[in-house]
Amino acid sequence: MLERRAVVAKLLEHRGNAVVISGLGSPTYDVAAVSPSERNYYLWGAMGGAAMMGFGLALARADLHVIVITGDGEALMGMGSLATIGANQPRNLSIVVLDNEHYGETGMQQSHLGMGVDLCAVAVACGFTQACAVTTEAELQTAVSTFHKTAATKFLQVKVSPESPPRVMPTRDAVENKITFRQALGAEQSDLITDKE
Amino acid sequence: MSSINWQQAVYDVIKSGGINLIGYVPDAGHAALINSAKADDAMRDVVMTSEEEGIPLCAGAWLGGMRSLLLMQSSGVGNCVNMLSLQRTARFPMVILVTMRGEYAEFNPWQIPMGSTTQAVLEICGFKVERVASEAEAAETVQAAIDFAFNSNVGVAVLLSQKMLGRKKWVE
Repeated sequence: MLERRAVVAKLLEHRGNAVVISGLGSPTYDVAAVSPSERNYYLWGAMGGAAMMGFGLALARADLHVIVITGDGEALMGMGSLATIGANQPRNLSIVVLDNEHYGETGMQQSHLGMGVDLCAVAVACGFTQACAVTTEAELQTAVSTFHKTAATKFLQVKVSPESPPRVMPTRDAVENKITFRQALGAEQSDLITDKE
Repeated sequence: MSSINWQQAVYDVIKSGGINLIGYVPDAGHAALINSAKADDAMRDVVMTSEEEGIPLCAGAWLGGMRSLLLMQSSGVGNCVNMLSLQRTARFPMVILVTMRGEYAEFNPWQIPMGSTTQAVLEICGFKVERVASEAEAAETVQAAIDFAFNSNVGVAVLLSQKMLGRKKWVE
């Protein structure tokens, strides 16, 4: 079975100038552990909002690959956003669900994805033309090889083992994270330019 | 001022305020603004399945330097509650225009619980709230909300009163 942190490391190894939104809980620790960057926005709350945050960012910055890395519980809470994103087809957005079939942060209770629900099929039904479930090392390699080619909205459901690697905790100061992220993208400056006052 | 004119005036201040993205769950009171956004090549419009999707949508757009705005009905404010923590914790600038139900001449009692608590819910979640009772003040208030939000990094909601919007026609 794939190990979550190794999966994230492979996906982000050649990220270039890509930006990452991490969903609360383990995905935030995974991204902080293997690919720390000022181009990461770490969510510690707003459960169900990671995909939409990535979508908003993808609309604002069509020149960047926007990667959402989240868990199955977080993705389930925002399932409606798959319809919203599918209806809009942002070519530069990739949604990665690290699916351990459990709510890891709250004591490993089983999630719907371990009870027969097929989230990847939901994504396909919502119009994601590049949606796939990844369960093996070989499938992961195939997914990684085209991951940063931003030709279509991507949805990757990666089955990972329900183990929790040591927590690596990035900043919980959401304001600080916002400012450093915007500075890294030059967004602070661009807003000053559009400001007419 | 005719109803078309005040909505055009509101759309004009949305444009002059540098807004390039409007997220919405449809409401009859927002229909003219939604049509204006859809007819405008320079405005991105996103219809959402639930109002709560709009909070991270705006936050993400702002991370990339884009100004956005949300349209929803008063009932939709209730759908946003936990997600509003994203605005407050990160101090994201955010503007929500809310068409009110559950007040003046309301026909449907199911609108009353959320309509009568909309302002309190927004305020307790940290939003600044302005109420618009007449067409003449609509555009100015929306313009002030945009300036307030993006200059001071706050969430601002503008409640458009049901009295101003007019009675919903249940029988055509």
